[in-house]
Amino acid sequence: PYAGPVESKNEAAMSELVPEPRQKPVVPMKPMGINASLLGYIGIDTIIEQMRKKTMKTGFDFNIMVVGQSGLGKSTLVNTLFKSQVSRKSSGWNREEKIPKTVEIKAIGHVIEEGGVKMKLTVIDTPGFGDQINNENCWEPIEKYINEQYEKFLKEEVNIARKKRIPDTRVHCCLYFISPTGHSLRPLDLEFMKHLSKVVNIIPVIAKADTMTLEEKTEFKQRVRKELEVNGIEFYPQKEFDEDLEDKTENDKIRQESMPFAVVGSDKEYQVNGKRVLGRKTPWGIIEVENLNHCEFALLRDFVIRTHLQDLKEVTHNIHYETYRAKRLNGSGGLPPMTVKTEENHESNL
Amino acid sequence: QQPAQFTNPETPGYVGFANLPNQVHRKSVKKGFEFTLMVVGESGLGKSTLINSLFLTDLYPERIIPGAADKIERTVQIEASTVEIEERGVKLRLTVVDTPGYGDAINCRDCFKTIISYIDEQFERYLHDESGLNRRHIIDNRVHCCFYFISPFGHGLKPLDVEFMKAIHNKVNIVPVIAKADTLSLKERERLKKRILDEIEEHGIKIYHLPDAESDEDEDFKEQTRLLKASIPFCVVGSNQLIEAKGKKVRGRLYPWGVVEVENPEHNDFLKLRTMLITHMQDLQEVTQDLHYENFRSERLKRGSRKIEDEEVNKDQILLEKEAEVR
Repeated sequence: PYAGPVESKNEAAMSELVPEPRQKPVVPMKPMGINASLLGYIGIDTIIEQMRKKTMKTGFDFNIMVVGQSGLGKSTLVNTLFKSQVSRKSSGWNREEKIPKTVEIKAIGHVIEEGGVKMKLTVIDTPGFGDQINNENCWEPIEKYINEQYEKFLKEEVNIARKKRIPDTRVHCCLYFISPTGHSLRPLDLEFMKHLSKVVNIIPVIAKADTMTLEEKTEFKQRVRKELEVNGIEFYPQKEFDEDLEDKTENDKIRQESMPFAVVGSDKEYQVNGKRVLGRKTPWGIIEVENLNHCEFALLRDFVIRTHLQDLKEVTHNIHYETYRAKRLNGSGGLPPMTVKTEENHESNL
Repeated sequence: QQPAQFTNPETPGYVGFANLPNQVHRKSVKKGFEFTLMVVGESGLGKSTLINSLFLTDLYPERIIPGAADKIERTVQIEASTVEIEERGVKLRLTVVDTPGYGDAINCRDCFKTIISYIDEQFERYLHDESGLNRRHIIDNRVHCCFYFISPFGHGLKPLDVEFMKAIHNKVNIVPVIAKADTLSLKERERLKKRILDEIEEHGIKIYHLPDAESDEDEDFKEQTRLLKASIPFCVVGSNQLIEAKGKKVRGRLYPWGVVEVENPEHNDFLKLRTMLITHMQDLQEVTQDLHYENFRSERLKRGSRKIEDEEVNKDQILLEKEAEVR
């Protein structure tokens, strides 16, 4: 099989994304050699297998945040997603507890294992969000928490003697729960997503979707999508970070048709057609959580866990964290608003 | 945080994050790999031929070999060639850094300065890029591995070999290779290998150590690793000529007394060297990143410090570099 010089697609893309010119190599580089046809097998593809083995052994961190009003089923949904008792609901939280007066950030960590792969999962719950009479700026503690994790990582990274594997507490994914009113988004939803979509990957979900019929669901989803677009809210997967055509096609479909996922969560099992399924029992039938005819939970799960888990982490590391880092290194230091200060710095440098 | 550890989810069922290695796999295939290999050794030890044999390519198409008179005044050059190799959908961007002129001069005292500067420059460039504002597409030109060619004609390491390896063993992974192994009989090879290993230990030279196979690897892999470790330094023969032997075409060298087959494990360690390189490519990169680069970085940052406080120092350094960038 002939393997000629492969002009890396990445290089073309690079010149679009990177405005600064690439430094010329210090050492004279010979022109890219043209490969004679490979006479045999070298074994380069085995490198991939090595990487896979390594990923399995090392395990990985995943940090997921849930935001939404009290009672929208956030904790239940997270438990359903990971088929484990991993949320606040299961670690000593009392349902009768009063709603906190300010937004609290509660991070709970678990190590779960599947198929030889270990995951250190941290669920970050935000009780108190949107539950007060006056909810002004209630997203600030959340934004602060997210930025604090970036700061922690940055500090470790610039250390002289730094750890080999920097512990990653950055929020990789934020599930935002929309109340199934059937009408439209609430002002608080818009404000939150406007502010936070710039610092973290937001995945909007429509909670307790079993209160809507199929038609109501479709209409509501369309309306929500429209509102998000009109307000310039870029939820994950963001259009501008599609790496290639393959990604774009796949993600376009998700953005324009599936999202926001209308979900139902449950950690109770029932017998349906001889199988044990997770569901909700009502007098008029059993709602099966993993049945795509009933709700879109399975789509959300496949999206977040089975196909885009690694990408969520990469976008957090390569985009959101880098944005934070760039702002910090420009000397502005403080939390938003930053635009004013950055401009001042620029002028003084000039 | 209240970390708790339990492995089995309560509800039997498949979540699906075991698919993560596949997601990583897919992204790695798309991205491809970069690897930089440096080759150092006297002229005529078969370095170029060996590299061409290893990667089944011709990295030096327009090569002119200078005569002895031309070599008198020659200093060490650094020549980097990059080739992209693709196999079964996996792309490898291989850069071979050649060092013609090494060991040629009558007085070789300054032989390795150029080489060490080159290695340091790559570290310096990476450090600079890593501290910069736009880090999305950093190119890694750091030297991940250095094949050091030892002449088969001597009785072990020469003084130049010892001095050079000691000068770079804290900066790069050294893989010693005995070249032109077909000049030695099997017994002579064993003797030479042992002699070289003894001298390496005697002088405290740190060569690259293959990591032991993990306990959960299969027996074949464990055996392979044991075999590789026992064969260092590798005695190799390189050739790109196809010779007819035993009814098939093999790459080898034709002598009146027989054919030396490059890919015959009974004739030389070529296959072992290639296997070692490929199966440990990732580890070589990691050791470069986690050990050699981090050493360079901490030394560099300590040297560039003005204040005593570590964090203040780094931010200052970074800010100054930032200002320079913006200007």
